Amino acid sequence: MKFDTPATTNPIDRGRVVGVAHDRIDGPAKVTGTAPYAYERHDAAPQAAYGWIVGSAIAKGKIDAMDLRAAQSAPGVLAIVTHQTAGPLGKGARNTAHLLGGPIIEHYDQAVALVIADSFENARDAARLLRIDYSPEKGRYDLAAERGHATVPKEGFGGPADTAAGNFEAGFAKAAVKVDQSYTTPDQSHAMMEPHATTAAWDGDSLTLWTSNQMVAWAVEDMAATLKIPKDKIRIVTPYIGGGFGGKLFLRADALLAALGARAAGRPVKVALARPQIPNNTTHRAATIQRIRIGADRDGIIGAIGHEVWSGDLPGGGPEVAAQQTRLLYRGTDRLTAHRLAELDLPEANAMRAPGEAVGLLALEIAMDELAEATGVDPVELRIRNDVQYDPEAGPQRPFSSRKFVECLRQGAERFGWERRVPQPGQVRDGRWLVGMGMAAAFRNNLVAKSGARVGIDGRGHVVVETDMTDIGTGSYTILAQTAAEMLGVPIEAVTVRLGDSLFPKSAGSGGQFGANSATAGLYAACVALREKLAAKAGFPANQTVFEDGLVRLGNQSQPIGALAGEEGMWAEDRIEFGKLTQDYAQATFGAHFCEVGVDVDTAEVRVRRMGGAFAAGRILNPKSARSQVIGAMTMGVGAALMEELHVDKRFGFFVNHDMAEYLVPVHADIPEQDVLFLDELDDKSSPMKAKGVGELGICGAGAAVANAIYNATGIRLRDYPLTIDKLLAQREGSALA
Amino acid sequence: MKPFTYSRAASVEDAVAAASSGGRFIAGGTNLLDLMKLQIETPSHLIDVNHLELDRIERTPEGGLRIGAMVRNTALAAHPDVRRDYAVLSRALLAGASGQLRNKATTAGNLLQRTRCPYFYDTRMPCNKRKPGSGCGALKGGSRSLAIVGTSDACIAQHPSDMAVAMRVLDAAVDTVAADGTRRSIPIADFHLLPGDTPHIENQLKPGELITSVTLPNPLGGTHVYRKVRDRSSYAFALVSVAAVFDGQGGSRFAFGGIAPKPWRVAAADAAAAAGAGAVAQAALADARPTAQNAFKQQLVASTLTSLFRQKEARP
Amino acid sequence: MAPDHVTRRAVLQGGGAAMALPGVAGAETGAMLSPESNRGRDMSTVEFTVNGDRVQLQLDPRTTLLDALREHLQLTGTKKGCDHGQCGACTVLVEGQRINSCLTLAVMHEGDSVTTIEGLGTPKNLHPMQRAFVTHDGYQCGYCTPGQICSAVAVLGEIEAGIPSHATEDLEHVVLSDAELRERMSGNICRCAAYPNIIAAIREVAAGDEA
Repeated sequence: MKFDTPATTNPIDRGRVVGVAHDRIDGPAKVTGTAPYAYERHDAAPQAAYGWIVGSAIAKGKIDAMDLRAAQSAPGVLAIVTHQTAGPLGKGARNTAHLLGGPIIEHYDQAVALVIADSFENARDAARLLRIDYSPEKGRYDLAAERGHATVPKEGFGGPADTAAGNFEAGFAKAAVKVDQSYTTPDQSHAMMEPHATTAAWDGDSLTLWTSNQMVAWAVEDMAATLKIPKDKIRIVTPYIGGGFGGKLFLRADALLAALGARAAGRPVKVALARPQIPNNTTHRAATIQRIRIGADRDGIIGAIGHEVWSGDLPGGGPEVAAQQTRLLYRGTDRLTAHRLAELDLPEANAMRAPGEAVGLLALEIAMDELAEATGVDPVELRIRNDVQYDPEAGPQRPFSSRKFVECLRQGAERFGWERRVPQPGQVRDGRWLVGMGMAAAFRNNLVAKSGARVGIDGRGHVVVETDMTDIGTGSYTILAQTAAEMLGVPIEAVTVRLGDSLFPKSAGSGGQFGANSATAGLYAACVALREKLAAKAGFPANQTVFEDGLVRLGNQSQPIGALAGEEGMWAEDRIEFGKLTQDYAQATFGAHFCEVGVDVDTAEVRVRRMGGAFAAGRILNPKSARSQVIGAMTMGVGAALMEELHVDKRFGFFVNHDMAEYLVPVHADIPEQDVLFLDELDDKSSPMKAKGVGELGICGAGAAVANAIYNATGIRLRDYPLTIDKLLAQREGSALA
Repeated sequence: MKPFTYSRAASVEDAVAAASSGGRFIAGGTNLLDLMKLQIETPSHLIDVNHLELDRIERTPEGGLRIGAMVRNTALAAHPDVRRDYAVLSRALLAGASGQLRNKATTAGNLLQRTRCPYFYDTRMPCNKRKPGSGCGALKGGSRSLAIVGTSDACIAQHPSDMAVAMRVLDAAVDTVAADGTRRSIPIADFHLLPGDTPHIENQLKPGELITSVTLPNPLGGTHVYRKVRDRSSYAFALVSVAAVFDGQGGSRFAFGGIAPKPWRVAAADAAAAAGAGAVAQAALADARPTAQNAFKQQLVASTLTSLFRQKEARP
Repeated sequence: MAPDHVTRRAVLQGGGAAMALPGVAGAETGAMLSPESNRGRDMSTVEFTVNGDRVQLQLDPRTTLLDALREHLQLTGTKKGCDHGQCGACTVLVEGQRINSCLTLAVMHEGDSVTTIEGLGTPKNLHPMQRAFVTHDGYQCGYCTPGQICSAVAVLGEIEAGIPSHATEDLEHVVLSDAELRERMSGNICRCAAYPNIIAAIREVAAGDEA
C-alpha cells in the first residue's frame, strides 16, 4: 500500500480497540520472567559455550603482538577469536569503527578478541590471560580543542548540515532584544538494562543469532556485509529486547563475535558485554557545543534565530544534529542552522533517544527562557507568540500536517498550575528548599519508514500477526494486536503477535520514534489485503463489508470470520510505503513540559518535585503504554539535566565512569509523580493510523524544563549540562543560595 | 575471577587458622566479589566467615554496644538500641547502598570496603593502590568524586563507606583476633591508614587477622545527624557526607565521608563548632589538596555543615 | 519455559529430598566439554532450595548465585544487568530477604531457601504483585522487572517489620508512604523509567494486604 494522499475514514477510526488503554499482551511473560531474552535461549541453543570479549587497552594505535598461549591452555578454553583468526571481514554500512579491532585500534575497549570456554567463569578468567602489546598513538579526545578543525558533515538522516532563510546576520544585528549564548551537553550513555547480548549457532553455512537488536533488517544486512556471506544465510531472532534507546540500532560486537566464536568453537556460543565494557565498547550520544542567537522585538516576537552545533565522532562518523528542531519550531524570517563535525578518537558516537532534538532542546529551550526574561514575556506566552503553522524555512507553502503546539502549551500550563509561578527567581521557599518552576517546548520530527507485515486467520477466528518489528519496551506487541483486532473485528485476545524474526516481513524497526506508526500502518495494509480476501470469499464487495464482533457482514448478511478463513486458514501480506506527504507537509510531534524543583539552599542538591506535560502526537494507539513511554523519556530528560555525563579522560581517551555505579541515571527516589496529557489529534497525513511517534517526544525539552526551574528557584543560569552541585555552588554568589 | 578454593569456617579459631595458611575471609561479599570479578582482588582461597555466630548485638558491661562483625547493615540500622542511642549510625547505614546490598553487607566488611576510584576499577589504567608503582591515573584525570584531604601524590582515592563515618564520630573500636589467637581492640581513628607512599595498605589488619566485632562506647546522647550529599537522591556514593553528634552540653563532634582516604575527623573541627559551619569546615580541611575537578568539595563541606547546623536547630 | 525445566520440577517434586541431580550441571553443560577441560577438578557441591524445590549442584566455586540460577538451573527470570551490584536486576529473595544474587557465591548458600520470580507466580497464576505490575504498566522492556517485583515484595515486608529507611523521618515509626517506597526501591534501576507506575503497583498491593 502506498500512502501518498491523506487518509480518509477507515476502520481504525472506530476506536473500539485502537486508542483504548490496554494492558500489554506481553505483560504476563515479562512479570514472571518467562519472556526469553538473547542470552537466555537454553531452549533454542542448548549447551552454548560462553564467549568473553577482550577490549582494547588503548584508544588509538595498533596491536604489535598478541600472545594467546596462556589463554589457550587455560581450563575449559575452546577457542579464541582475534583479527588474526577471524578471516577476512567487511564492515556494515552502519558501523563507523570495526566491531573487531586489530591490528589497528580505533577506540578504547574496541573488541580485540573473544575467548570461548565451556563455562562463563572459565571464559572470563582466560580472557585475562591474553598478552597484548600495543603501540599507542596520540589521539584527539577534546571536543573543545578540536572545534576549530571541525568540518561540514555530509548530509545524513537529519537533512543537510546547514540551512538558512532570509539574512540571519542582518536580522539578528537589528533586533531590539538579543540572546547570544553558548551551551554544552556531555557525552551520554544509553545504559539500557540488558547488556548487548547474542547467542549464535551455525547450521552448515547458515547462521542464527538470538540477539538483542532494534532493527532486524539492518542487522541482517550489516552482518552479511561483515561476514561476507549472503543475507539469506542469516537469521536474526530478537523477540524481547531489554531496552535499546538507540544503543541497539546497529550490529554490535556481541553479535559479530558470537557468530565468529560459534564458527571457531564448532558449537553455539553466547556473548554478553560486561557492564563496564558498554560505555566504551558500544555507541554513545556525542557531546555538543551549541551557540544560539535569537533576535526578537520587545514583545518577544522572533525575527532572527540561529543555532550552530559542534560535535565530534570517529573519522567517517556523523554529527549530532542538535539544530534540527530550530529549523521548524519557532517563527522568524532570518534563520540559520549549522552543524560542524570534528574528528575525535573517542568511542563511536551515534544515535541515542531523539538524536538531535534531545540535546538541541536542552540548549534552545534555555535560550527561550533567557529571551522570556529579557523581554519580560511569560515563557508560555513567549512560545505561543512565536508559534508558526508552516515550515518557517520553506514558507507557507509547506504547512504542518498538524501542529497543536499552542494547545499543548495552554493545556499543559493549566494542568500544572503554571499561573502560580513567581517570575522573579529565588522568591519561593519551602523549608530548606528553594522552589522554582520551569517549562520548555517539546518537539520531535515525525519520521516514517516503510514497513511490512503479514496477518493470518485460522478456522477458529484466531489471528496471527508476523513482522520483524521489535518491541524494545515500547509496546509494539500490544499496539499491533490492537490494530489487527480493530481491522478484523475480533477481540484483542484472539490475536497472537510474533515479532523480531528476520523470517517475517521487513518492518520499520524501532528507532526515531517511527516504529509504532509505521509498523501499525504496515499491518493495516496487510489487514486491508486480508479483508479483501475474506470479503471476496464471502462474495461481498470489499468496500462495503463490515468486520466486527467476529463477523464479516454486508447489510444483514454475515458469516463468522473463522468460518470464512476455513480449515486451511487465510494469509495476507503487504507493506506500507510513504509518498511525498512528508515533503509536502512538515510533520512533527509537539508538547510542553513543566517542572517544579526544589534546590537545597545550602548544598544545592536538586530534587524534582513535580513534572507534567501535554503532548500532541496524532492518534495515541495505546494510551497506557504511550504514557509510560513519555514518563520514561521525561525521566531520561531529568537524568540529562541533573546527572548523566560520561567523563572523558583526555589523556587516555576513554570514558572514565564506565559502569552503573559511576555513570548515574535516575533512580526511583529521583522521580516524583509525572502527569501526562495527550491531546486529541488525528494526523491524516502521517499514515492511515493517523498516529505519530511518541517514544522520543517525552525526552525532548524535559531536561530544559528542569534547568529553567532551577533558574527560577535560584537565579542561577547554568548552560553546561549536567547541572550538578559543583556548578551551582560555583555560581552561588548573588543567587538565592545561602 | 581467578580460581580459588572455598571453605566454610565453623568457628573463629577455625577461620583464623585457615587464614594463617593464606586465605581471604568472605562475609557479605558485596565488595570482595565485585573486585574479584575484575581481578582487582585475586585470593586463592576464600574462608566463609558467615557462620561464626558473630551476628549478635549486645550491650557491653560498661554500657556500650558490641556489634558482631557479621551483623548485616540492615539489622544494625534497625536494631532498637542503635536507633535510640546511636541514631547517627542508623542514619549513615541507611544512606548507603541499597536495601539489597544492606541485607548482605556486614559490619566488618563495610569497614574494609575499598575505594570507588574509577582508575582503581579499570585494570588497564595506572593505579598505585591496585598495582604499586604504576602511578596514579586519577591525579591528573577524572577526579571529581575523589578525596581532597589526607591524600598523597601516590593516591587520591576516597573511602566510600557511610557506616565508617558514623563509627568514626562515635569513636568505635575494631575488635580483632589474629592467627595466633591474640585479640586486640583498635580505635577506629587508627584503623584506616592514609595512603602516603603505600596506598595499597589500607588498614592495620595483619594477614589473617579477623575482625570479630566493633564496639561502640557508651551512648553520647544529644542530637545525631548524618547528612549525605550525592549526585542523585539514593543509591550513590557520597560527594560529601557529615556525621555529627551535638551532645547537648555544647560539645560537638564531626566526621566526614567522601573527601578522604579514611573516615575523616579532625579534633580542631570539633572544637570549632561554636564558631559555626565555616570554621568547622576550615579546620577539617586545613591540609586539603584538591584537584581542579574536586575543589568544589571544599565549599560543599562547608555548605553541608551549614545545612546540618540548620537541621539540628530545627530539632528540639 | 523450556520443557526440560518442567520435567526437572516434576522429577524433583516426585523424588523427595536431597536427591542428586546429575542432569543439572553435569550433563547439561558438561556433555559437550572439550577433552582438555578440567571442569570437575575443583567443583563444589551445594544444596539449597529454589522456589520450594531442593536442588543439588556441582559448581565451580566461582559461580555466583545468579549464574547458578540462570545457567545451571535455567531459571532465567532473574536478570543480569550489571553483575556488580549496581542495578538490582538480579534481585532474589534468600531466606525471605532480598539480595543481589550477582554478588554472592552459590556455594555460600548451602541449605538456604531461594525464591526467584518464577517462584512468585506464573503467567496463568500471577502473584498479586505481578498482576499489579501488569495493571499499572510497571515496566516497559521487562528486563529489570523480575528484580523490581522481588524487591517490591520484600519492601512491603520490610516496612511491615518496622525496618527504617533513609526516607524514614522518625526512626522509631516506620510508615508506608510514596517517599518510603521510592527510597526503598532505589536499588532497582529501571532505565525505561516506569518508576511512578511501579510505585502505584506496590501501593495497590499494600492496600490490598491491609484490606
